[in-house]
Amino acid sequence: MIKTYDTNDYDVIVVGAGHAGCEAALASAKMGQKTLLLTISLDMVAFMPCNPSVGGPAKGTVVREIDALGGQMGKSIDASYIQMRMLNTGKGPAVQALRAQADKWQYHEHMKNVIEATKNLTLRQATVDELIVEDGVCCGLVTNTGAKYHAKSVVLTTGTSARGRIYIGELNYSSGPNNTIPAIKLSENLEKLGFKLRRFKTGTPPRVNSNTIDYSKTEEEPGDQVPRHFSFESRDEDYLKEQVSCWMTYTNQTTHQIINENLTRSPMFSGQIKGVGPRYCPSIETKVVRFADRERHQIFLEPEGEKTEEVYVGDFSTSMPEEIQLKMLHSVAGLEHAEMMRPGYAIEYDVIDPWQLKHTLETKKIKNLYTAGQMNGTSGYEEAAGQGLIAGINAALRAAGKGDFTVGRDEAYIGVLIDDLVTKGTEEPYRLLTSRAEYRLILRHDNADLRLTEYGHQLGLISNERYSQFLTKKEHIKEAMQRLKAITIHPDEPVREFMESISEPPLKAGIKADVFLRRPRVKIEDIERLSGVSISNERYVREQLEINIKYAGYIKKEQQQIDRLHRQEAKKIPAGIDYQAIGGLATEARQKFEKIRPETIAQAERISGVNPADIAILSVYVQNGRYAKINK
Amino acid sequence: MVKTLTEFDTIAAISTPIGEGGISIVRMSGEDAVKIANTVFKGANLLKVPTHTIHYGHIIDPALKQTIDEVMVSVMLAPKTFTREDIVEINCHGGIIVTNRILQLLLKQGARMAEAGEFTKRAFVNGRIDLTQAESVMDIVRAKTDRARQVAESQLEGGLLEKIRALRQQILDTLANVEVNIDYPEYDADTITAEQMISVSKSVVSKIDHLLATATEGTVLRNGLATAIIGQPNVGKSSLLNYLTKSDTAIVTDVAGTTRDTLEEYVSVKGVPLKLIDTAGIRDTDNKVEKIGVERSKQALAKADLVLLLFDASKSLSAEDYALIEATNKKKRIVILNKTDLEQKITSAEVKKITGSEVVAISVLQEKNIELLEEEIKKLFFKGIKNSNDQVMVTNQRQVSLLEKAKKQLQEVVESLENEIPVDIAQIDFNGAWDTLGEITGDSSPDELVNELFNQFCLGK
Repeated sequence: MIKTYDTNDYDVIVVGAGHAGCEAALASAKMGQKTLLLTISLDMVAFMPCNPSVGGPAKGTVVREIDALGGQMGKSIDASYIQMRMLNTGKGPAVQALRAQADKWQYHEHMKNVIEATKNLTLRQATVDELIVEDGVCCGLVTNTGAKYHAKSVVLTTGTSARGRIYIGELNYSSGPNNTIPAIKLSENLEKLGFKLRRFKTGTPPRVNSNTIDYSKTEEEPGDQVPRHFSFESRDEDYLKEQVSCWMTYTNQTTHQIINENLTRSPMFSGQIKGVGPRYCPSIETKVVRFADRERHQIFLEPEGEKTEEVYVGDFSTSMPEEIQLKMLHSVAGLEHAEMMRPGYAIEYDVIDPWQLKHTLETKKIKNLYTAGQMNGTSGYEEAAGQGLIAGINAALRAAGKGDFTVGRDEAYIGVLIDDLVTKGTEEPYRLLTSRAEYRLILRHDNADLRLTEYGHQLGLISNERYSQFLTKKEHIKEAMQRLKAITIHPDEPVREFMESISEPPLKAGIKADVFLRRPRVKIEDIERLSGVSISNERYVREQLEINIKYAGYIKKEQQQIDRLHRQEAKKIPAGIDYQAIGGLATEARQKFEKIRPETIAQAERISGVNPADIAILSVYVQNGRYAKINK
Repeated sequence: MVKTLTEFDTIAAISTPIGEGGISIVRMSGEDAVKIANTVFKGANLLKVPTHTIHYGHIIDPALKQTIDEVMVSVMLAPKTFTREDIVEINCHGGIIVTNRILQLLLKQGARMAEAGEFTKRAFVNGRIDLTQAESVMDIVRAKTDRARQVAESQLEGGLLEKIRALRQQILDTLANVEVNIDYPEYDADTITAEQMISVSKSVVSKIDHLLATATEGTVLRNGLATAIIGQPNVGKSSLLNYLTKSDTAIVTDVAGTTRDTLEEYVSVKGVPLKLIDTAGIRDTDNKVEKIGVERSKQALAKADLVLLLFDASKSLSAEDYALIEATNKKKRIVILNKTDLEQKITSAEVKKITGSEVVAISVLQEKNIELLEEEIKKLFFKGIKNSNDQVMVTNQRQVSLLEKAKKQLQEVVESLENEIPVDIAQIDFNGAWDTLGEITGDSSPDELVNELFNQFCLGK
């Protein structure tokens, strides 16, 4: 038994310094709370144990949302990317997505430096063994070295460390990600405190030495020329000109044969791994088995950084024995002579069933205790960071004695993510997808700042300087819209010629320029040329104008749905409501309500297995509080 | 997941029992009630009239510029109304076909078909009904919703459910593919093009059209139950026809067919809309020499959903009568023994034995027992469905209006794509159509799409 000792008190303590923990700690410290950030290994701060990239569909939007709320991820990736690409450029504005290849060591270093330089924030290496809970309130924790810290609120972000176990073929051992020390006692402590934990599984592919890859047999995927960034504070002139390429190759029948012949040696198939893996990120062996008719699967070769030869073999995650991994790799075009530097592995870890959380990510069971990131059942750095930010903000607000902060499904992908988790739970590691958002035309990456900067500023996470820039941008959009609406396009000769050139029917009479812009092939520059009026020189302003006008009809449709959502959200359900006493509820609905304890009627509607009659009955009870008191 | 509870949209329903009473009321409740009513009302501008007033005018189909009925419209603005929302009540001259058409018109203009008990539910939710009534009202909400669902399910048997599910699957396949294109842009799945989405949309629209045309209840609702009155000359066909068409609940709309022979008349019997076939042939008694019953009747029979087969109680059954029995064996039929006022040569029991069908004995001349015939028609129509009050109509109209809504959404998809709106945006309506069809089958769940994504495609990082 280690002798414990009392050490400093903090306002907020964050456990874990992965993508969730870093955002939580930075937000808390920047909001003025004395904050302690504990990590099992200082070398793992904001580390990317899997793919070296940030962003992509839905996730890229989350990074911008984090940035608009005053988080760090966007700035750190903008400081450490080696390639930047806009995906889905051929599609509509709602689904375009920015993705960066990161130099994962540079990213780690950048984030660590920011944390070290932040006022009110202490970074320390420690393993947390248990929480100090008094009368259902978390008020500190104890480390394995015996240090007792007291705090007003605690955020847990254990990632894949909680009782982590790595599998490589027949080999398996207790470990956190990337062979770090796992957190064992904390899981036991959480179970003792009454939390329901479950096992999830994820995995990572092997890494190979770049010098041993024959790139001539692969296809190049270069970065973009047009400058783009995640953070609204980054400047175009800082855009990286010399970018590193990624490369694409494919598996083949030989690869599949090797996998099929050795399936019994994969712990995924031998039954050794009990944890639930993500469907969207299956191991290569799972893909080969489930999609047996496919002749090949794509593989992306992604450099792990600028100053390393390690290359991440994307879409090739595996828990096969090392010997088989080598054979599999060598069967792939371009990798015939590749030297494997690290084998791929599967990792099992503990997660907390997320219906045990509120929208603030505070646990329902223990007050002032928050959880975020992969331990809440998600997967992905961006999903983790988004949650970390919300948990950190709320932990800081609580420590300061202020009210909660949440974002809605109609405000941010982060809102969709958290609401899905706490309302539906998850049966597998949860990844954000654009299809999970009902209002994706409103939740665009290009308007994340317009949606959320106001909140960031109110919370004290957005500087006054940035806020005034934001207000200026808003003003410029408004002015440009007014300029546009003041223009009339007349059916004169140049306009007639222009319409002919874009194969549109000629104008019969003069029309307002904003109406004219609704035509799919008409661009703002055409209007400027035809009218001789300059609308705006700022590309972000022009972008907003064009999207808001061209898709006005659809935006309005989503807005109407949102208005309805708000009315349902305005119907709060009293926290202590006794579902047993409500007559007429179906048994399944009653059980779900008791387990999830929805906060509003809108949330109750989203619970699976609950039908409209149950909602009607429930809303009757909570309406105006008039029927909330229960007879009998 | 429950679809967003549509508590605040505008709902409409026929609020009087079908076919009973001379006047029917179509009631609307919700924010847009007055606005919607105003789009189909010719008379005072309803948007400007004071609350709790009643107005004379006409209901017009704005698309066809056709007058549908002469009506009185009551406008009652929130909060002093039954539901505490704006309410409009259209008092029409009754008769299910006109009433139904007015309802359909309101649905087209943006109202939603009310669920069973929904007006009451709103009244309660909005605090209109006393606390002491709470428990019982909730029981009603519960019971009505469940019963409505049962009715919906039973009506959906016979393949309709499967057909709608197939349509949803067809949409879902494309949707999942679009999502993969978005969420996994580098994954080598085929990219769904505007052309493909247009083609899927059109294909689904044409199948919806087919469903709208063939769904029996839907057809019956809109066109009436095709009914043939069959029997030998002088058996009383024209008397029965005259009786049915002149009854004061009847709406007689002459629809000239392609030939004089197919002249049809519409009547409402106990709320059941009937389309009487070959009424000209029946009325054309002067032109005697009748080509003869069987020949002529066969043509009408071919089109009939329901046969009213008449025999003369004062005569023995003839060879022609037997031929008619034979010809109608496979049809839904009601056997009628007319002229019971005369001396009877055959009895109901005998006819029942011969035909194997229930027999209704009546005298059209004395208007005796015709009530029994009407009951029999009603019974046959609502067969298999408990509580024939308004639920059959509700469910039917709900299906029809949801199918029409899905169709409209898909047409918008096509229109948008043809206007070069990107696939992922036009998809908003495509998704909407999928949800709408799911409302018919009760299958709406957002997780369906995500599941489909992972079942169909091999995705991974």
